[in-house]
Parts: sequence; structure tokens; C-alpha cells
Amino acid sequence: MTTTMPAPAEAAPAVEPMARSSRSWLRRLGPLGIACAVILGIAVVLAIIGPYLPGLDPESTDLPNAWVGPFQLPGSPLGFDAQGRDLLSRLIFGARTAIVGPLIVLIIAMSLGVTIGMIAAWRRGWLDSFLNFGLDILFGFPGILLAIVAAAVFGGGLWAAAIALSVAYLPFIARVVRNAAAKEGAMEYVAALRVQGVSAWRISVRHILPNISPIIVAQGTILFGYALVDLVAISFLGLGVQPPAADWGVMVNENLIGVLQGYPLPALAAGLVIVTVVVAVNVLGERLLDISEGRR
Amino acid sequence: MATDDTLLDVRGLTKVFGDRTAVDQVTFELPRGRSLAIVGESGSGKSTLAKMIVGLEAPTSGTIWACGADRSAPATGSRERRVRGRQVQIVFQDPYSSLDRRQTGAQALDEVLRLHHDYGADYRRTRIAELARLVGLDDRQMSVRPKALSGGQRQRIAIARALAAEPRIIILDESVAALDVSIQAQVLNVLMDIRDATGVAYVLISHDLAVVRQISDDIVVMQDGRIVERGTTEQVLDDPQEAYTQLLRASVPEPGWTPSRRQKRSTT
Repeated sequence: MTTTMPAPAEAAPAVEPMARSSRSWLRRLGPLGIACAVILGIAVVLAIIGPYLPGLDPESTDLPNAWVGPFQLPGSPLGFDAQGRDLLSRLIFGARTAIVGPLIVLIIAMSLGVTIGMIAAWRRGWLDSFLNFGLDILFGFPGILLAIVAAAVFGGGLWAAAIALSVAYLPFIARVVRNAAAKEGAMEYVAALRVQGVSAWRISVRHILPNISPIIVAQGTILFGYALVDLVAISFLGLGVQPPAADWGVMVNENLIGVLQGYPLPALAAGLVIVTVVVAVNVLGERLLDISEGRR
Repeated sequence: MATDDTLLDVRGLTKVFGDRTAVDQVTFELPRGRSLAIVGESGSGKSTLAKMIVGLEAPTSGTIWACGADRSAPATGSRERRVRGRQVQIVFQDPYSSLDRRQTGAQALDEVLRLHHDYGADYRRTRIAELARLVGLDDRQMSVRPKALSGGQRQRIAIARALAAEPRIIILDESVAALDVSIQAQVLNVLMDIRDATGVAYVLISHDLAVVRQISDDIVVMQDGRIVERGTTEQVLDDPQEAYTQLLRASVPEPGWTPSRRQKRSTT
């Protein structure tokens, strides 16, 4: 065809430059969301560099210093815990297990959950029913209970608890991904790609997954918060991270007696750090979920 | 079975969902160089028929031959899927879900060109520009995401994407139904120009008889999964034989149509 088409007269919305999307992301997150992201960022940075910071010593006990309060001794702005260990050092060192534990949960639960969810959404039929049945069983089982059982069977420690929690969280991820992928897969462009002859693998990985990734990221963030609380609780019970390692859950347990004896700071400080990080993660996750579902 | 002059040959095609027969013993041919309209109200089975022809649904029974190849059973293997993609393409109804919202028009076309042809990057760019010109879109409209485009522009990209496979047949499944009337007319003009330029044959699935009259040579009328009437477009639309076709026909307002009954009522 050599004749040039007359320019379409339809009223097109002004073409928006693509660069604006990153800026509006920050705006949509809002001041609270940004604050939460900053808190999480600090925790992550401390988890990475904390142990290399100079002047920190979370392990050496010095019983005469037990329960010594903040600013009483040089180099110890938060004072000492029940066994005379530096509280600030232990809080900073504790960031590592607090971040790494949920991260392990997230990586395992996410990689398996996303795979299962995508397959279930694509294949439907008996595989979908079978997966739903399996997931229903897991749904009915509290994650923390599974982790406690795992710790009892396989012995304590971070890994047993983290793996047990991953299995427990798997259904949540799988079902969210399945539903999102099924909704995306019902769109006409997916049918058009299938008619073109694009493989199911390529459609899933190159089209459906990127389009539902905001929901996956948001769910992952929320899950991270839950995993953090559960792992801390397991450590508090003495089934997760083992003393004398610096872990926030362990620290609450170790210093609980101080609350009764008039030295509440060590236990409360650990508790406060846990609550702050978890609330920050959850608020951030909810924000991301709202954004991904177009509510903000 | 399928002669050289038959592009699409559908025989005894039946689709049963549970205890409901959506498509019942449908037989028709699309000769080379003609366009066929399948009309009927929603639920008449015409969209299920389209899905079976492009391979999105497997027929319960019956045969489909396109371009001399049997496609009655699902494709085995990615090679055959691509071969079928180069025979029959489809353009769907909803302009808002017909494109991946993360892909620009140029990216969507490039993906299809890479899938089907061994073109180098330079030639693909040239092809994308050609296809864009064919559907009446400029470079800027091809390089933005669908969000920044109107419904008519999106539907043009969906048409260009179907054309990128260089198919012999394109099924237009209510492809212009969701568009405003003026934009609908523009897209229909684009479709007819494309037919003149490429020789592609259309199977038009529609409930809009005005659109049918503009595009198609032949027509089959479907009701409850069966073909109740068939013939050339003029014949069927100007002199419908079946009561159902007459009803469809009568429900379309003509030029010069005035809502007389309501006016009368308001004056009394």
C-alpha cells in the first residue's frame, strides 16, 4: 500500500513521558511509607555492616556490670544487660539474625510459592485442584506450630525454624500468585500470544510474571514481617537462635527478669526494636499492596 | 477435502461444555479472496467457534482445515504452534486487555516478528514501521505504553500484531464493537485497506450488521450454536429468509430512522 493513511483524528490522551513513574512511586508511598522504608533500610544496613563496626562487643560478659544503666560507663550509651553485656552491641548484632532469618523464609517460600502458583494458574484442571487441596491442609496449620514441631524434631536453631516457616507460608504465596496469574492470564493479550504460538513458559515468565510482580513484592514484604515476628517468638521460646548469640528474641527472654527487678530497659529495648521493624515492614507491605492494586 | 481455493474449511464442528452444546454441527467454507461474517446474538456460539478455529478451545468433534492443514486437534510442539500462528490470527474485542501494559507497540510487534521470522534487527525495525503505517500509527504512538493510547489506537496495534505473523486469515472477534462509532469507521477503513494491500481474508464475528455489510462478502447466521441461514451478504441482509435473521435485521435502525412511536406518545 503506497497511499499514506490519513492521520487518525481520534482524541489521543497526551503521551506521557515514562520517566515520571519512579518519582510518583515515592509520592504514592507517602511520608509514612518512606519512613518505614528508611527504618527497614537501617535494619538491613546494620545487619550487613553491624558486626564490622568498631567498639562493639556483644559477647563478653562482665557480671559486675549487670543491669548498669545508660551512660553510666564510657562507651556504653544504652548500658548493660543481665549478664553485663553491652546492650547496644547486642541490639546491633541482633539485626543480622532478625533480617537473615526472614530472608531465608522469604527466598524458600517465594521461589516455591511463585512456581507452584504460576503452574496452577496455567494448567488449571486436576493439577489446580490437587494443589488447592494440598494448600488447604497447610492453611489449616499455624506456621509457628509447625516451626515448633520442626525444632522439637530436628533440634533448635535458625535453619530448622526458618525452613518450617517457609513451608507454612508457602500456601499464602502460592495462592496469591495463582489468583493474580489467573486474572492476568484471562486477559486477551495472553490469548493473542498463544494464538501467535508463543510458548507457555515464555508467556508466564516474560509477560504474566512481570505484570503481577508488584503484588508478589508487596506480599513478600508483608510476609517478611510475619516471619520476623514468628522467628523472634521461636527464639524467645528457646527453640530458634540459641543463647548466647545476640538475637532480639533471645534478648527479650534473657532480660525478662529485669522487668520485675526494676531494670526493664534491656528487655524493653529489644522488644521495641522488634515492634518498630515489624510495624515498619508491615506498613510498607500494605502500602506496596495498595499501590500494586491501584488503590493509591 | 480442502481444495486449493478453500482457505478455511470447517466441517461438523461441535463443542460441548458439560450438558450445554455451545457449537452444534457447524459447517462452512471460506474461499480464497472472500470475507465471511458470522453473525448472531451473544450466546449463539460464535465466539466459541472463533476460539476453536484459532486453537484456544479444542473441538468436541468435527474438523477444521486452514491453508490446507488440519488443525482439528491441539498443536503438538512449539514449532507447529508457530506454523498455525502464521496461518490464522485473531483480533479480540477489548482494546484495554488486548495489549501487555508493560510493552510498547513496537516491542509487541518485535516479539512477534522474532517469533516467526529470521529477520535482522534492522529489517525488523523497517517492518515495524511498515506495519505501523499500514494501521495508521506514527512512531511516537508505537513507542509509548498502551496506557498513553486511546482504545482505537490500541486496537490498531492489536491488528498490526496479528499482521506481523503474516497470516492468511484474520478472525475479527467483535474487534471494533467496543469502539466509538467514528473510530469504528476509521478502523474498518484501515481493515479494508489492509485487505487490499495484503490479500488477507477476514472472518468477521459480529452482532453489528452495519459492520458486517461493510466488510464481508458472505454471511452465516448462528442461533443457539447452529447455523440457521447462509448466503451472500446482500442476499441475507436484504432478503432474510429465516425468522431469526429477520428479527436481527429488524432490530437495526436504518438511516432516516426516527423514533416515531415515542414522539407520537409524547404529543398526545
